[in-house]
This record gives sequence, C-alpha cells and structure tokens, in this order.
Amino acid sequence: MMLGAFTCYMLVVWYHWGYWAALLMAVVLIALFGALLDSTVLRRVMGQPQFAVVMLTIGLGAIFRSFASITWGSEIYTLPTPFSARATRIGGVSVSHEYLSIIAGTIVLCAVLYVFFTHTRVGVAMQAASQNQLAAYYMGIPVKLMFSLIWAISAGVAAIAGVLLAPVSLIDINLGFIGLKAFAAAVLGGFGSIPGALVGGITIGLVELFSGTYLPQGFKDVAAYVVLLLVLAVRPQGMFGAVGRKKV
Amino acid sequence: MTLFAAEDLAINFGGIKAVDGVSFEVEAGQVFTIIGPNGAGKTTIFNLVSRIYDPTQGRLTFAGEDITRVPPHDLVRRGIARTFQNIELFEHATVLQNLLLARHAHRRSRFVEELLFLPRVRALEIAHREAAEKVIDFLDLPPYRDSLIANLPYGVRKIVEVARALCTEPKLLLLDEPSSGLSVEEREDMAFWIQDIRTLLGITVLMVEHDMGLVSAVSDRVLALNYGRPIAIGSAREVQEHPEVVKAYLGG
Amino acid sequence: MRFVFKTSYTQDLGLFRDGVQRNCYIALLVAVLALPQVVPEYVGDISLLFIYGLCGLSLMVLAGYTGLVSLGHAAFLGIGAYTHVFLTQDLGWPWLVSAAAAAVVTAGAGVLVGLPALRMTGVYLSIATLAFALIIQEVFARWDRVTGGLKGKAVDKPVVLGISFAGAGGFYVLCLVALIAALWLTANLLRTPTGRAWVAIRDSEIAAQSMGVNLAAYKTMAFAYSAAMMGVAGALFAHKVGFLAPDIFGVLLSIQFLLMVVVGGLGSLHGALLGAVFVALLPVAISQARDAVPAWAAAMAGVLGPAAGSAVFAATDRFIKQPGLEPGIFGLILVLFILFEPLGIYGRWTKLKLYFSMFPLYKRATFKRQKSYMRSERLR
Repeated sequence: MMLGAFTCYMLVVWYHWGYWAALLMAVVLIALFGALLDSTVLRRVMGQPQFAVVMLTIGLGAIFRSFASITWGSEIYTLPTPFSARATRIGGVSVSHEYLSIIAGTIVLCAVLYVFFTHTRVGVAMQAASQNQLAAYYMGIPVKLMFSLIWAISAGVAAIAGVLLAPVSLIDINLGFIGLKAFAAAVLGGFGSIPGALVGGITIGLVELFSGTYLPQGFKDVAAYVVLLLVLAVRPQGMFGAVGRKKV
Repeated sequence: MTLFAAEDLAINFGGIKAVDGVSFEVEAGQVFTIIGPNGAGKTTIFNLVSRIYDPTQGRLTFAGEDITRVPPHDLVRRGIARTFQNIELFEHATVLQNLLLARHAHRRSRFVEELLFLPRVRALEIAHREAAEKVIDFLDLPPYRDSLIANLPYGVRKIVEVARALCTEPKLLLLDEPSSGLSVEEREDMAFWIQDIRTLLGITVLMVEHDMGLVSAVSDRVLALNYGRPIAIGSAREVQEHPEVVKAYLGG
Repeated sequence: MRFVFKTSYTQDLGLFRDGVQRNCYIALLVAVLALPQVVPEYVGDISLLFIYGLCGLSLMVLAGYTGLVSLGHAAFLGIGAYTHVFLTQDLGWPWLVSAAAAAVVTAGAGVLVGLPALRMTGVYLSIATLAFALIIQEVFARWDRVTGGLKGKAVDKPVVLGISFAGAGGFYVLCLVALIAALWLTANLLRTPTGRAWVAIRDSEIAAQSMGVNLAAYKTMAFAYSAAMMGVAGALFAHKVGFLAPDIFGVLLSIQFLLMVVVGGLGSLHGALLGAVFVALLPVAISQARDAVPAWAAAMAGVLGPAAGSAVFAATDRFIKQPGLEPGIFGLILVLFILFEPLGIYGRWTKLKLYFSMFPLYKRATFKRQKSYMRSERLR
C-alpha cells in the first residue's frame, strides 16, 4: 500500500505525469514487484511452518519502510488528484470527491475481483491451487505461476488502495499500518466473506467515530485494535465467516 | 461387558450425511473392526469417537459414562487413545520424545514442582521413561529410540504411532488403518501385535481396516458400512459372506 | 570423535550430557564472572546483553518452543518496567517484592493476550499480539499518573535488601544471576511434561490434543511464563536505561526480539543467548560500519582515480548516515536468515559440530527439509 502511494506520488509530482496514467503505472509497477517478490523470496519459505512466513513478512515490511524513507525521505506528502477540493451535495451533506472516489473504487474493485475469482478460468485455477496444491499440479495448473499472479494481483490491489487512501491520510512511511485496522475489519466480518469484510469495515469506522466522541481522548486510535482482540477472544469466526480446521 | 457403545450416530457436512444412524457395541477385550469402501464414513466415525467432530445426533458411551460432549483432550484420561491415518507424529522430535509426550495423561506433577525440578519430579520422570521403554521393547523399537521421526521410513512411523497410543495406557485403542502402506512382512507383524495387544495387554481394540486378510485373522466382530449406513454386523466370516457387503465392497 | 555412553536414566535426564560438558559450562561461568575485571568499560553493555538474553529466552519459550509468534513482546517489557518503577518509586515497595509483582502483572497481561490465542493460530495470533502491543503503547502514553505519559519517567538505581546495586559491577552480577536463574528454570520445564506439551502444541495440535494436552491451558501457561520472564527483564531494563518513555517499547524493539530468536535458532536455549549477543552487537557493528564503509568504498573506487573515490565516498556516506536505515538492516538480516539459515546460528553450529564428528561421512542431506505441498481445508 505504502509503496503504491509513494510510487504514484513520485510519478505525479517528480515526473509530472497525469493522475490516471500515474495510477495505472504505479499499479503495474507494484504488481510486478509483488510477482518478483514471490518468485525470488516467498517461494522458498512455502514449505516451512507458518511462523517462518510471518516473520519473513515482518522483515520485508521493515525493509520496505526503510527503503521508502531513504528514497523519499521521512516527511509527509500530499498527493494532488483530480478529486481534491471538489465536493458534491448528497442528501444535504457535502461529501468530498476524495471520499467518493474511495467508495466508488472499492465497489468497482470488489465487483471485478469477485467476477474474476468465480467466473474466469484463471481465478478458479487460483482457488484450486490454494486449496490443494498437489492436486492442482496434477490437473496441469502451473501452480508457481498462479502464486506469482496472486501476489501480483494482491500487490496491485494494495497499490490502488494506497493511492486511493493517499489524499485522505497523507503519504508517509507508516501508511501501511492502517492495514492492521483493515485486518480488524476482516476478522469482525469473518474471513472468507466479502460482504462481511465490508460490514466489518463500516462497523469499525463507526466504532472509531463514536469512541472519539464519547470516550476519553486517545481511545479513538486504539478502538479498532480493541475490537480486534475482543472479536478474536469471543467469536473468532466473526459475523459471517467460517473456521477452517485441519482434516485428519 | 460392553466397554464402548455408539447409538444411532449421525453427522452431516453441509448436505452430505457422512454418517447416518450407525450403532454398535464393543465388548471389553475384543477386537472390533469397521470395514467399507472409501467414503463410507469410517474415519469420520473415528473422528466422532475421538471428539474431533461433534455428532448431529446420537450418543457415545464409554465404561458406562456418556462421552458425547466431552472435550477431546479429556478422552485420554478416561482411557481412549487413537492413531491417525495420516501420521500425526511430531516430526522434529525423537521417537523417545514422542512416546514421553504420550505419558502426559499420567502427569502427576504440578507446574511449580516442575519449575524447580524437585526430587519427586525426577522420580516421576524416571517412571515415565521406564513405561515408555516397556512399550519400545514390546514393539521392537530399540534401534530407533533416538532417531528423529523425519528420518524414519513410513513403516516404522506407523509402528511409532501405535507405540505412542500404547504409552497412554488406554483401555480402548482406536487404530485407523494400521496396515496401510506396510509391506507384507510388516502386515504380518502388525497382525501379531494387535493380537498381543488384546491378549497380553488386555486392551480393547477398535479399528478401521481395508486388508481383509488382516481383518479375518484378528477381528472378533466386524461392522460393514456403505455411504455412512451400516449394512452388516457380525463375525468376520458372516460379514464377508453377506451379499450386500459383497456387492458394495468386496466384489464378486 | 568422542562417544558418550548412556548408563542410566538419570544421566539422560540431566541438564548436561556428561561431566565434560558440565565443566565447560562452569569454565564459561568463571570467565563471565571475571569479565568486569578484564574489560571494565564494557560492563554496562554486557549487563544489557544479559537483559536481552532474558528477553530472547522469553520469546524463545513462546515462539521457538510453543510456536506462538508474538509480534508485540516489547509491550510486555514495558509493562514490567513501568510496573516495577511505579511500585518501587511511587509506592516504596521493597525491590524484590516489586520485581516479583512486576512479573505477576506482566504474566496477567500475557494471559489476556493469550485468550484470543486460544482460538486462532499462525498469522492471526501474531496480528493479535501486534494489536495488543499498539494498545499498550497508547496506554503507556495516556496513563500519566502511573507512567508519566509522554514526558517519561526517570528511574533510580536499584537497592535490593538494603544493598545498593548502583555500581556497574553490582548491577552486572544482578543481571547475571537473573539470567542464570531463568535459564535453569526454563531448562527444568523443558525436560518435564510441561515443556514437552509445549513442543507438542508447536508440532501438531491435533496429536497433542489426542494425547491429553489441554491446548487452552498450556497455551495460556506459555504466555504467562513468557510474560513473567519479560516482567523481570523489564524491571532490570528500567534500571539500566534510567529513563522510561513509551516509544522505547515500540514495534522496532519487538522486531529486534524476533530477530534474536530467529538468528539464534528457533527451538534452543543456546539460540536465545546467541541471538541476544547478535542483536546487542548489531548496533555497535552498524555504527562502526557507518564510519568505516564510506572510507572503504572510496578506497575501492579510488583505483579509478581520486575524483571517483571522493564521489563514491560522498554517496555512500550520505546513504549510510540515513536515520531510517537501521530497521531496514534488521529486516534484511531477518529475511536472509529465514531464507538461508532457518536453524539460526545455533543450527549452523550444530551442523558444524556434526560435520567434524562425522568426518568424512557427513551427508549434506542430513538436515534437508522435506518438500511439502500446501492444503487448506474448510470445514463449515
């Protein structure tokens, strides 16, 4: 996410590209980077126990943040977009176009991803590869290519998210930490359920808003995390999700 | 004396009735085998008995007590142990460490005592070690005692699975396809061991098997399943000659 | 090649393989005790190393032996530190009682974090611990009365049972005693059913359950024990650092602890200590490199001519003096170790010993990892 936002910023401000071209290029670059990361680094840890992968991603995250602070410095930047400083009145409330772009972008992305995973051959192949790798190999699915593609898509989507978020939250190296709140939303909604994630996200947003108003100062920042811990402790499958279990 | 009884057991996975109305009783000191084609629900029954799944209906009774809703880790304390079809050993530990772990159910020391390694804990550890060594001798495992599981061949791992279950000193032993993946000699050994477990150790055995030779040699009673429903129950010969079993499973 | 004959169960049960190994460790202890006389200017740094060793041991128990990776372990350190300082300074409790209470409070926090752990594994648990750490950091910053908030809190020198340990030598011995005690207790636990249950949880939860291990109870125990150790480490850490502020106990410190455990070698006590040495030496190495590398690179480029040399010097100097570089280096080392040296330094040391003892029959495939294919099963 952070890298996507920074790349787009760099293209727009340093190299004076147009917004849409910069967005597209940023997505492509980060997607390629994701695929590269998978084929060089992540593939090697596939067989190892889960905590190896977790720690690997932690290490990679630290490297990216460091790289970002070296390349772009550690100040905070703003991204000029075609949506900035414009607003529409909807039902008596003035909604800034930046927020509208986020909502529209999210809906479009969700629809595209849903169609991709359920109705295209490539999408179904990816699901197969994730559910039973050996069987996927036997069916002639190029599993390694699938995984690289998955990483590319994931990175690309994250880049879009970063660019969409940039006007609202300003670009700095810790942009990615909002991912933790996104995780809280996904857990609340239930893993494996896209409508659940959306509902979870809206709920977390509301919780943050209300805790900022009614609770003492400082709770607003951590409200999402508290919700995350509560949900995990009480009902880990969230509102709509399913719990996976190893079959013996 | 009935040691274990399942009454009208059933479980659904989504729309599929994996197990549908299965009832059977296992007498103490018996070897009871469940047979059937793949997908008949045999391992599912095992998972129900070892409380990994919750049944949608039915009752399980062990030694007179209802165990339908007890948590899985409580079964060992009551005297039920199982082996797994896909071996669930601890890959990076030695055979001995795996067996010592199985003695966990007989742990008599408390956390603080272990923390300070009091002489009582030391004595208990030596007792655990001796019990594990008895099982190692029983199943001819001394050469492999200090080998990592990851370095052992498949046949030996299956035997270590059985050894681990035996270390818990069970009254009922659940064997999930004990002969799958074994060579002919290893199967003969396994047959002798199952008989020894029943006769010498006095442990009741409930097992799932495909090898009809092993089944006829060892079993006292057999239950045949098809699509989650029981189709025949009786002695090994009666079930093998039952027309429905022949049609569904054994072939003409 | 020396062969050790096992003659009794007691010998197999003992902490040391035989008399020779025990004597080696005793010699090591003597050497460590003599260090303050030999290198008095490094005594403070080595005390910090002992404290890091305690932290590494704590995370090793949780992540290395039980398989529960905690990304927020620095938060426990902070809880221990702040509790201890509050109890000794603000409430005037005796040092030993306060340190014990800090351990208990931190253990309680560990149990709190453990509750979500009971239902989730792997990534989800790690993220839960990260969320917990962020919450705790915020609590440190807001709870002015106890923690002094963002202004920070100064820490006095320790006074145990009336004896002042303010001196560097005294503090050194205090930390060493704590470390050795923790090592002994943990080694005890690991050779008894509790330790075996923890390892079982790491390797196969279902098998552990079928052997009678109550997963919830043992996971909670692991969290509590690990957190209690961090509590004691926190108390000592507070005295060493002298001034507490919330941002000390952030994500960067947690990553350093993870680095300790991975680099040292997951699943061994030696690994925790080796990792602590590595992580304690790393900042020193980096700051030395900051001065040395530009000069060295310039010397290499100086072959091409003096202009190239000075240009390279300026470039590498600017690159290496960047403040954001440190976490990147930590991350890079973590990644490299996971990729190429998954068993850590202690693993490499074991392989080395095996090579020499089995020479020339050593097979490289002894430690080869099995290729395993991924499956995910969904059970609705």
